[in-house]
Amino acid sequence: MARMNMVQALNSAMDVMLARDPRVVVLGEDVGYFGGVFRATDGLQRKHGQHRVLDTPIAEGGIIATAIGMGVNGLKPVAEIQFADYIYPGYDQVVSELARLRYRSAGDFSAPVTIRTPCGGGIRGGQTHSQSPEAIFTHVCGIKVVMPSNPYDAKGLLISSIEGDDPVVFFEPKRLYNGPFDGDPHKPAVPWSAHVRGEVPEGHYTVPLGRAEVVRPGKDVSVLAYGTMVHVAEAAVRATGIDAEIVDVRTMAPLDVDTLCTSVCKTGRCVVVHEATRFSGYGAELVATVQEHCFWNLEAPVQRVTGWDTPYPHAFEWDYFPGQARIAAALRQVMEAA
Amino acid sequence: MTPRSRLHVPEPPARPGQEPDFSYVQISPAGATPRPDVTATAREIEPLALGMVRVLDEEQRAVGPWNPHLEPGELQVGLRHMLLTRLFDDRMQKIQRQGRISFYIKSTGEEAVAVAAGMALQPTDMLFPSYRQQGLQVLRGRNLVDLMCQCLSNTHDMCKGRQMPIMYHWGSGNIFSISGNLATQFPQAVGWAMAAAIKGEDRIAASWIGEGSSAEADFHYAMTFAAVYQAPVILNLVNNQWAISTFQGFAGGEHKTFAQRGPGYGIPGIRVDGNDFLAVYAVTQWAAQRARQSGGPTLIEHVTYRAAAHSTSDDPARYRPKEEWRAWPLGDPVTRLKQHLIALGEWSEERHAQLEKELEAHVTACWKEAESYGTLTGGPALDPLTMFEDVLKEMPPNLKEQQRELRALREAEGTGRATTPSSSAAGKG
Ligand SMILES: Cc1ncc(C[n+]2csc(CCOP(=O)(O)OP(=O)(O)O)c2C)c(N)n1
Ligand SMILES: [Mg+2]
Repeated sequence: MARMNMVQALNSAMDVMLARDPRVVVLGEDVGYFGGVFRATDGLQRKHGQHRVLDTPIAEGGIIATAIGMGVNGLKPVAEIQFADYIYPGYDQVVSELARLRYRSAGDFSAPVTIRTPCGGGIRGGQTHSQSPEAIFTHVCGIKVVMPSNPYDAKGLLISSIEGDDPVVFFEPKRLYNGPFDGDPHKPAVPWSAHVRGEVPEGHYTVPLGRAEVVRPGKDVSVLAYGTMVHVAEAAVRATGIDAEIVDVRTMAPLDVDTLCTSVCKTGRCVVVHEATRFSGYGAELVATVQEHCFWNLEAPVQRVTGWDTPYPHAFEWDYFPGQARIAAALRQVMEAA
Repeated sequence: MTPRSRLHVPEPPARPGQEPDFSYVQISPAGATPRPDVTATAREIEPLALGMVRVLDEEQRAVGPWNPHLEPGELQVGLRHMLLTRLFDDRMQKIQRQGRISFYIKSTGEEAVAVAAGMALQPTDMLFPSYRQQGLQVLRGRNLVDLMCQCLSNTHDMCKGRQMPIMYHWGSGNIFSISGNLATQFPQAVGWAMAAAIKGEDRIAASWIGEGSSAEADFHYAMTFAAVYQAPVILNLVNNQWAISTFQGFAGGEHKTFAQRGPGYGIPGIRVDGNDFLAVYAVTQWAAQRARQSGGPTLIEHVTYRAAAHSTSDDPARYRPKEEWRAWPLGDPVTRLKQHLIALGEWSEERHAQLEKELEAHVTACWKEAESYGTLTGGPALDPLTMFEDVLKEMPPNLKEQQRELRALREAEGTGRATTPSSSAAGKG
């Protein structure tokens, strides 16, 4: 086992797949010679060649559209969109084309495209380097949507995404690239090397899509979270001393209803956490699912802890970020309810 | 062997450790490119897309039909704006390195593209820049304190703490809000110009886009709408050879000049020496006059070089020769204008050094004032509760509720001020 941070784990996933499968190609802005602005593709072009790891023109619509064309012609493209905040010029190609190709051609055509993109805040990136737009993709039928919370899952989920025959939008919480950030920016950064999930096999392995994971068992309340918020929730749970069960959703679509609802039915209480804005956010889907499946087991109204319904403000990052204090408050509130 | 297709992957002429090589940059001699009448047809103007308008010759004398014959006083003003822009950039970069602002982008080596072009326009003309034309703010007389306060996200920040550094806006100065999303401003400028024409105004619009960003579909929208409606707009494409780590070949520059895209849409395309203050001024003046006379849009390719890193998050030594900028064949815009003025007998090294000192002192004084309105770590701070304002004109109920929630949370925590640790990650655009 090697120690890897999330960037290295993602790099390793692409490296393994480029070596194993000649159909795999990696493309995106600055991903080739330079190795990506977050270094996720560092060294891949040197190792696998200029025809397998491509720098592209600056055109997200072009990147996704050509990836679709490549996918239709037998390749397995892994496209990087430099920031999730810049995915919108490619949105039409995702929604109208990539997501519906299999359906509209009754299975005659499909494109196994994986779109990787860094998301989330906490790096002082302001409104154009901090967004978490997962909900506008989970609302589209015909794509899978993934967000890992640690290096081990990141590599295994990315390999599953590339190996699968369906399109995947793969969100990478950039605040987790270097370590398991617990929501407290005043504490010194913790590296992944000190975390069990920073232990990553060098070779091929998979973590299946569509499976959530209980990362902390507990009996009092279920916390449903993904990405950075898994670690923030863990810290909040520690701080409150409440015996919460934390479920890392991992794949937002298709959703592992079983794991989530088994937990909530057991604990009878639920807090849903995400960094994205609240209104029509992915949390609404989780809450609705819990209500449908666990209503008769619920002891308290389900709570949502999310980013506010504003763009991500540069100066007020930590007032915006749904940190430990807000999660702890929600935990106490669901515990207090009769 | 049976013929088969093979993928072409553009490669820059030199990578780290190699000799810089700019032999691919086609350069015309100063004064050699003819100046058509502003009423000429797009077809008559076509050759300008291949050549290069240049006014300053090797001795930095102004020659040829494009010489705008500016008064020495105007040239001195131009020099002052370019120098101030450069010193401001240098200072802000240093300040970022000290961790006192989170991010910065310099325009070093490209000052003429903003300053000369802006000076050739009317103050009432509307500008839609990218993030690398701070020279426009400087030449329109923006108080540097305002720009610094924006970079500091402090109590005098025009963006109220919502934007990363350099994302300025200036409504009353007719400079649009800078977007972090590339290329979006280009077609918006066309729409603004269409509105001016609809309203029958004399104002025109100008926009700037990087050569790398010209790959975005927005570039095509801008060109098509501008051509269809003959919008009174100047579309500046800043070809500084690099887009973060990818050279201009990745934007299609290997096969044609960027200016040549103009004729493809039926729009005049002019390729200009972007480091030649007089040439940039002259082509802008030409395009502005044409636009004001219902002659429609012009695409101007400014051939220049991004002498600095892409941003403070970038390290160009990873992808281009360290000393590449020294080999850039079109020199430095500040030095060239300075030499020109000296050749005219209207400037001297002593006066230049004097001016530099004066402007340095000005920048220092501005920074001092800016800091007094708050820094990332101390002094007066913006109220975080203002983050809920301006989402909509009137605050909707959900935001009122969230504002209340944050207020209560802050009171419970007894938070006096928002402390703001600096960033950890690289890579910001
Ligand atoms: C839509 C979008 N995609 C990607 C980015 C990230 N990005 C910021 S600047 C940049 C390079 C732009 O290069 P160019 O257009 O040549 O302008 P220059 O930086 O050279 O002035 C990239 C890829 C972005 N800001 N917006
Ligand atoms: Mg450029």
